[in-house]
Amino acid sequence: MNEQISPEKLTAKDFASDQEVRWCPGCGDYAILKCMQRTLPELGLRPENIVFVSGIGCSSRFPHYMATYGFHTIHGRAPAVATGIKLANPDLSVWVVTGDGDGLSIGGNHMLHVLRRNVDLNILLFNNEIYGLTKGQYSPTSRQGTKSPSSPYGSVEGAVSACRFALGAGARFVARAIDTDQKNMPDVFRRAHENKGASFVEIFQNCLVYNDQVFGEFADRSVAKEMQVHAEHGEPLIYGSDNDKGLIFNTKKMCIETATIGENGVTEKDILVHDETNLSLANMLVALEPPQMPVVVGIIYANPAATFEEQIFGQAEERKAIVGKGDLKAIMSAGRTWTVT
Amino acid sequence: MNIQNPPKDGTKDLEFEELESVVIRFAGDSGDGMQLTGTQFMASTALAGHGLSTFPDFPAEIRAPAGTTFGVSAFQIKFGSGRILTAGDEPDVLVAMNPAALKVNLDVLREGGLVLTDTGSFTARNLQKAGFEENPLKDDTLAKFQVIELDVTTFTLEAVKEFDLTKKDAIRCKNMWTLGLMLWMFSRDRIPIIDWLKAKFENVPQIANANVAALNAGHAFGETAELSIELKRYTIPTAQTEPGLYRTVTGGEALAWGLLAGAKLANLSIMFGSYPITPASPLLHILSRLKEFDVTTFQAEDEIAAICSAIGASFAGALGITSSSGPGIALKTEAMGLAITAELPLVIINSQRGGPSTGLPTKTEQSDLYQAMYGRNGDAPMPLICSHSPGDCFYTAIEAVRLATKFMTPVMLLTDGYITNAAEPWKLPDLDALEPFPVSFATTGDAEKRDHVPFQRDKHTLARTWAKPGTPGLEHRIGGLEKDIKTGNISYSASNHQKMTDLRMGKVAGIVDYIPKQEISLGKSDGPLVIVGWGSTFGPINQATRYATNEGLAVSHIQIRHLNPFPKNLGAILKGFDKVLVPEMNKGQLASVLRDKYLLDVLPMSKVSGQPFKVGEIVHKIKELLEG
Ligand code: SF4
Repeated sequence: MNEQISPEKLTAKDFASDQEVRWCPGCGDYAILKCMQRTLPELGLRPENIVFVSGIGCSSRFPHYMATYGFHTIHGRAPAVATGIKLANPDLSVWVVTGDGDGLSIGGNHMLHVLRRNVDLNILLFNNEIYGLTKGQYSPTSRQGTKSPSSPYGSVEGAVSACRFALGAGARFVARAIDTDQKNMPDVFRRAHENKGASFVEIFQNCLVYNDQVFGEFADRSVAKEMQVHAEHGEPLIYGSDNDKGLIFNTKKMCIETATIGENGVTEKDILVHDETNLSLANMLVALEPPQMPVVVGIIYANPAATFEEQIFGQAEERKAIVGKGDLKAIMSAGRTWTVT
Repeated sequence: MNIQNPPKDGTKDLEFEELESVVIRFAGDSGDGMQLTGTQFMASTALAGHGLSTFPDFPAEIRAPAGTTFGVSAFQIKFGSGRILTAGDEPDVLVAMNPAALKVNLDVLREGGLVLTDTGSFTARNLQKAGFEENPLKDDTLAKFQVIELDVTTFTLEAVKEFDLTKKDAIRCKNMWTLGLMLWMFSRDRIPIIDWLKAKFENVPQIANANVAALNAGHAFGETAELSIELKRYTIPTAQTEPGLYRTVTGGEALAWGLLAGAKLANLSIMFGSYPITPASPLLHILSRLKEFDVTTFQAEDEIAAICSAIGASFAGALGITSSSGPGIALKTEAMGLAITAELPLVIINSQRGGPSTGLPTKTEQSDLYQAMYGRNGDAPMPLICSHSPGDCFYTAIEAVRLATKFMTPVMLLTDGYITNAAEPWKLPDLDALEPFPVSFATTGDAEKRDHVPFQRDKHTLARTWAKPGTPGLEHRIGGLEKDIKTGNISYSASNHQKMTDLRMGKVAGIVDYIPKQEISLGKSDGPLVIVGWGSTFGPINQATRYATNEGLAVSHIQIRHLNPFPKNLGAILKGFDKVLVPEMNKGQLASVLRDKYLLDVLPMSKVSGQPFKVGEIVHKIKELLEG
């Protein structure tokens, strides 16, 4: 149903609503919105078959700007609402837009369960490591020591890593993108859409008002080549301005290290080849953090399994095959009854 | 045993329902299988053609330490000729499987009633655990009662000896031995119970046969025993009821079937999102089995996800339903507001229990009326209805679906732990006679004719148009932020918010034109006193009113089903009485809502002991009010 071919070719405009976009000028959300409006027509999707579901926060305004069906729900609960939508109509293409506070703090529980159940949803978590809408308090992904109105002397909490959380919860698809990276983001959206099951995408999103450049040390264009590894299935994990650096596996320490090809006897053959179906590798890749290590983006883990809805509806079909379609009269009068004359 | 027990003065010994009725209370350890025994006795009672009403009364702990008083589980049944509306005030017969069961139930037993005990369980250790210093069978504790002491444990072990069971398994057959004796006492057919045992233990024939042997042995004991107290057989006349096909039904079953019937009448499939909670879980269990129907059940990760999934399903064009009990309903509160402002149909079922907080999970109460009526942020009106008996749940479930879909609104249906678990004989409804109320979704054609179709309203009901995803041309966005009255887009305009708030209030208030007028259950439409009930107080109030009327007192009974909005004529009816009494299992919640709404001096009558009202208590109050 989602894939039906449209007679006319749709464009980004067909996916943009008439509502004025109200993010702060220069917010990373704009780039993500544009990229989504541009990518959806290429996926062969029609607006009426798409639902964007969000919770509360800056990112959660997203559905209002899409000319699709949209539900701007309550704080943290978008995964639950989206699950209900899929259980009512599994043919819809359902996208959840959430943030680090919405998806990992107040809604962390729902995120855990929607991932382990493998509900067929595309979940985009805009991570800006701050609460934007409520004016800049530290969030669960804020690094320890973050100074904010609610942590004037620096936060003392350890941060949660979105992708490590997702893998721990049993996600079968985990990917990463950067707001400004318009070249690679469409492909991440495409793969998320194609994956049947819960597709978890962390998007590093710059909040220039409350947390400007928090990802600067790897997202900034000037350092991108040196600090980003673009994971591609079957390809060596090579990066660097001269494509001379790579990730290697230190078997003694059981960890990933960086190496320069041509130094210390390292050749291209020593560089790890990305296998997106390897959970152990995925766990190690998402744990790499700057400044010591580059950040891995792209499709980090994709190892599909049966979806939640498929199994739920499968059971119903099996049951119908055995007992036939439900007959209320029959079940009500089954068992011990008696007649009064 | 005095079955024909004429009314006496005071409340203690009143027996004012049909003269020919009996109340039996089965009590034992939670592991003794008392609920099972009671349920099977109920089935045989129903099959014998009696009117009946039951009250399962069990502890919160699944397996509380054996032998303790807080681990006692009981099942009370009242049966007789005519319609039986309550499980009875005071048991005529108490079956006490151990000292603890005797200890906690002695107070409720009628003076002169019969106590049947298993002496095999009256060991020093069990007596001590129950808190008896002396063996009550040996002193005068039971002087007011007739006592039959039987070593049920030994009789049972003897009866099942040939089946080679472990001692533990053999002792577990005790309840069937006891049931066999009770079946004999009331001249009941054993065959249906034997069939049931064989089906239940189909895969363990040894256990099935042992239980059947115990049942037969108990029955045979009745035939042959010679006891110091004469063990009598009783015949109770059967009930005179409307002709038709009958079965017994619990509130949980009737709710499930009512929801299925309602969804069918609306032409919708159900998405039921729920989280396990006592005493609401039976509904989740029942619907989960019915996969061959148009119902999808979702056991969510918490109460909030449960209601949110139901809201999502309604957005997508199914009928979202969620079910819980007080503490879980509290968690769903914010999401109810979302459903109200997004104007999506949703059925929320609250099987109330004792509160606040975790409260008394297995005990019944009606203390969530304020929560249902007022418990949300903002001006957030929601229609409310309640069920008054297990079988009534079928009809209130259909009504909840009708209101939710007709008015595009969440509706809360209030029941309670007692209704959900209790059973009553029920005449099967004629499904074909129910009037359909099919939902019509907006179409692409509508979109071609007009703009903003999803936010257009029915002129009369004010219900918003339901436009479901998948329909070309009707793409729209909705959410918790205030919506522009015309377009549905986000609006922060002050005057628009005033209009939208008025509209939401007006829509729910306007339901009054689409619900039945208030009827009078018993008595005249004016007079010195009316008793107003809601929910499961129906039985005791109705019986008490009948009894008082027979005594020559002028009293009427009104049972309110629609709690928000109230029926149009309710205020006028109430004003026709000098006094209005509201017995409820809370501290006077409906009473104060009625005062607020109609400026009447409503008298509350409160009971929050975890037990339903006794008929006698209400009769006593009637006399106090009328005779002064
Ligand atoms: S506060 Fe930050 S995240 Fe929110 S809109 Fe402004 S820049 Fe974007």
